[in-house]
Amino acid sequence: MINEETGAALDAPAFPQERTCPYEPPPGYAELRERGPLSKITLFDGRTAWVVTGHAEARSLLVDSRISADTQNPDFPFLSQARAATTRQRTIVTMDPPEHDVHRRMLIPSFTLRKINALRPTIERVVDELLDGITARRPPLDLVSEFAVPVPSMVICALLGVPYDDHEFFERQTRRIAISANDRTDAMAALGELFGYLDGLVKSKEEDPGDGLLDELIESQLRPGNLTREEIILTSIVLLLAGHENTANMIALGTVTLLRHPAELDALRADPELISGAVDELLRYTAVADTMSRVATADIEIAGHVIRAGDGVILPNAAINRDAAAFADPDRFDVRRSPVRHHNTFGYGVHQCLGQHLARLELEIVFSRLFERLPTLRLAVPVEELEIKPAGGAQGVFELPVTW
Amino acid sequence: MSAGDGGGPPRISADPDRCLGAGQCARSAPDVFDQDDDGTVVVLRPDPPTETHDQIREAIYLCPSSAISFDAAE
Repeated sequence: MINEETGAALDAPAFPQERTCPYEPPPGYAELRERGPLSKITLFDGRTAWVVTGHAEARSLLVDSRISADTQNPDFPFLSQARAATTRQRTIVTMDPPEHDVHRRMLIPSFTLRKINALRPTIERVVDELLDGITARRPPLDLVSEFAVPVPSMVICALLGVPYDDHEFFERQTRRIAISANDRTDAMAALGELFGYLDGLVKSKEEDPGDGLLDELIESQLRPGNLTREEIILTSIVLLLAGHENTANMIALGTVTLLRHPAELDALRADPELISGAVDELLRYTAVADTMSRVATADIEIAGHVIRAGDGVILPNAAINRDAAAFADPDRFDVRRSPVRHHNTFGYGVHQCLGQHLARLELEIVFSRLFERLPTLRLAVPVEELEIKPAGGAQGVFELPVTW
Repeated sequence: MSAGDGGGPPRISADPDRCLGAGQCARSAPDVFDQDDDGTVVVLRPDPPTETHDQIREAIYLCPSSAISFDAAE
């Protein structure tokens, strides 16, 4: 049986699915969950793949050595034509161990808890200066372009040693890559432009070094021949994209979520100590990095099913984070929820987000300062009018008109 | 819970070869775990006090590379 509208088999609904509320899972996830912790979905190219909605099952699969992130595997399940085109390169995101571990270990020293905590004054200055500018203006304004994007963009530029003066250029390319669902040509062109830009930046840094992570990698990995020039450039692209796109989406959706749950926002304001747990609850609840994809390299028995070698496995975090077996009353947004850090928004296993301490610190400072400086902040349009980013990529809103 | 069952007081062990520097342990139990300059797990207190045991169990559950464990001593 085939659904005439989507072309998907009736027992394998189409995937990815669009959100109808920016911070809630797509309505179809409820039906996927009813089918059990693992079921089947149909991808854009007509292939079927497993979809995992169970938290325990997702954790178990993400540490399984028979599960691969290798996008060059001919059976790898892509969510769109554009993603199939732009994610083929070998990067720390798509490598499997042991190759992955060698490359990750080159980057870890810059992302330890201590190194990131030392960035607090830098991040506070960035956030305060942006809020100085915002509070001096007359509302309304778009919080995405004026705050949610600039904060992480300035921070990742400082960390990598990328000139912030070039931010309009790389933010535009990132947007083209992140949101182009089926425009493969445009996504590839944007990736090519970013590659060219970073190639030029690496060349100029070789002659005139600065003090960012990119400069360190050139000195410690490129010069001795541990990494090729192409590998350095691809690593920079991954860090630049991950560093500003996901955090920007979190700032926007986190703000909407808090404004839409005023009792929770009041609780947070009354007790600033709640901020750390509140940030993880926001990460769990909004799940901006909704979907991870993997391919099985051998048969795996799990939850009464057999995932066959070559099967695609899709892990939607907005479903995994709402599993009642892992989170009591999972659809309730609760800034006091404890424990909460076992949400899957940063992933699990060897690919767990390298920048998670940086993301948490940025979000803690952002949400503390934003509502302190703008105590009467509110949406300037009904939430239903916010345009949601397309399914299959990072989830967020294009604009967030606010007033105060 | 296995930690503390039988034998002597529970001891922490960490496998630096498995560690991929996620830093979950240093966040969950900062008095017991730290990261060295390379990001690799360092055990500050192999015989941690009882009041840290819940934090340690959380750290073990959250560690994405199964690099730490907590066992009753022989």
